[in-house]
Amino acid sequence: MNEQPILEGRGLVKRYGQVVALSGADFELYPNEIVAIIGDNGAGKSTLIKALSGALQPDDGEIRLDGKRVRFRSPGDARSAGIETVYQDLAVAPSLDIASNIFLGREARFRGPLGIGLRLLDKRRMRREAARHFEELKIGVQSITQPVENLSGGQRQGVAVARAAKWAQRLAIMDEPTAALGVKETRQVLDLILRVRERGLPVIIISHDMPHVFELADRILIMRLGKRVAVVTPQTHTMPEAVAIMTGATRSELEQAMTKEAPEPEEP
Amino acid sequence: MLTAPTVGPFLALLLAMAFFSVKSENFLHGQNLSLILQQVMVVGVLAIGQTFVILTAGIDLSCGTVMAFGQIVMTKLAVANGVDPLLAIALGILACVAFGFVNGAFVTGVKLPAFIVTLGTLNIAFALTHVYSNDETYSDLPSQLLFFGRTFTVRGTDITYGVVFMFVLFGIAWYALTQTAWGRHVYAVGDNIEASRLMGIKVNRVLLSVYVLAGLTYGIAALLLVGRTELGDPNAGQTTENLDAITAVVLGGTSLFGGRGSVIGTLIGAIVVGVFRNGLTLIGVEVVWQYFVTGILVILAVSVDQLTHRSRRA
Repeated sequence: MNEQPILEGRGLVKRYGQVVALSGADFELYPNEIVAIIGDNGAGKSTLIKALSGALQPDDGEIRLDGKRVRFRSPGDARSAGIETVYQDLAVAPSLDIASNIFLGREARFRGPLGIGLRLLDKRRMRREAARHFEELKIGVQSITQPVENLSGGQRQGVAVARAAKWAQRLAIMDEPTAALGVKETRQVLDLILRVRERGLPVIIISHDMPHVFELADRILIMRLGKRVAVVTPQTHTMPEAVAIMTGATRSELEQAMTKEAPEPEEP
Repeated sequence: MLTAPTVGPFLALLLAMAFFSVKSENFLHGQNLSLILQQVMVVGVLAIGQTFVILTAGIDLSCGTVMAFGQIVMTKLAVANGVDPLLAIALGILACVAFGFVNGAFVTGVKLPAFIVTLGTLNIAFALTHVYSNDETYSDLPSQLLFFGRTFTVRGTDITYGVVFMFVLFGIAWYALTQTAWGRHVYAVGDNIEASRLMGIKVNRVLLSVYVLAGLTYGIAALLLVGRTELGDPNAGQTTENLDAITAVVLGGTSLFGGRGSVIGTLIGAIVVGVFRNGLTLIGVEVVWQYFVTGILVILAVSVDQLTHRSRRA
């Protein structure tokens, strides 16, 4: 690809005492794509994500946003640079309504003295904008003013994804967004992530679920021992191959696995 | 304003009033109702600060003794030290704000449970009150300190300025909690503190502001108490006000688990507590039994909170 990456990491290193969580990891995200990061536990994918979202600062290496070097000292820094993150554990305020959750921390006040002097919230505007946003993303909810606690797990995560999509200027990071969800709800959230990408927002997703990764991702970045060991696509590699790279299986083990897993060719 | 969660407390209030008006013919008289509100005004204003704190899933056990300390500071300065009364009032309120700041600083900075911090400051304020006053009572207060105890008359019923001021404060607290971003953040922090942090809310700043504002309301409550008793009394605020303020909040439907409730509910809860105290006195129940009844009330209210919380989780 000749295009300029939106987000780029070069030689990222993070150590915790003796433990090296990232040992020179690279990363690129191009416009309009979904990149999945996979890797075994301890491979460094969470650390990489945290470095990219500002939750931790790498000891070495650099991060570039639109080609310009950036340093995120906090998630707030990354957020103001246009990077939003969705977490696996349904990070919403259950007793507040949907619109309030979408605008939480970014509440809209009235313009003029009501807003500046009395700090009065423009609730109607927030509800209207949230409702329009939900329509665009085709998320069905009864009412934008119902408390989030009355929603199913999938709908709650839908609120979190919609929130990220609304505020992310550059890209959204999704850290195992379906880990806490059932089958049907996972489906809803995956479709939603695809719609978010269709609207032109690139997405980084971490997932353990290979079928989902292969369905969603344009490119799959495989981490092992704190490094990026390969970048594959669903077109060039099969799931067992990706898993083999992830676990560091040898070529012969891989070939064995291949013959076992795929006794008949998938395509004529 | 009377949203679903405040319907329960409102019904409880109506029931209690119906009960006492049947039991005592004096209960529903205008003067008696006005007296109830005068008895409620101190606890009511304390309960405003307590509502802020409980909405963030904290609790402030120090509210009564901090108020007592503020009351001693303003009366001693004005009477014994000859400080300008308005300055004395300001310094008394400031003393309460300082206590709120200490509570908030330990809750946010050292991450201590609010229960422990405020149990400590409860005792510190208690001790300071007695040390600073030498156990003396201050009377013959300058008129500025008595303003909120003064009355005006509407159709033969005396109403104190303090009661009016209490309603104004409830209005301001309602506005701040429901119509501003700060209020949203108070609810969000009590509801899911981790999510609030992830969404970019400055959680510690919100918590600190809550405890400082609570201290401010205790200082104002101190001024109302002085206006009502016309004394600086080192023994004030140690038992009834403390428990009653928490009881009012919980009776008003605010959850001890944080994130749910309203200051309008607290106003109703405070009036329920006042109605019980007044009604029980009218029908000749001894004061100790009033403690007994308030104890039962608070346990009942917390049980309802616990059960609804559990069903919400399920």
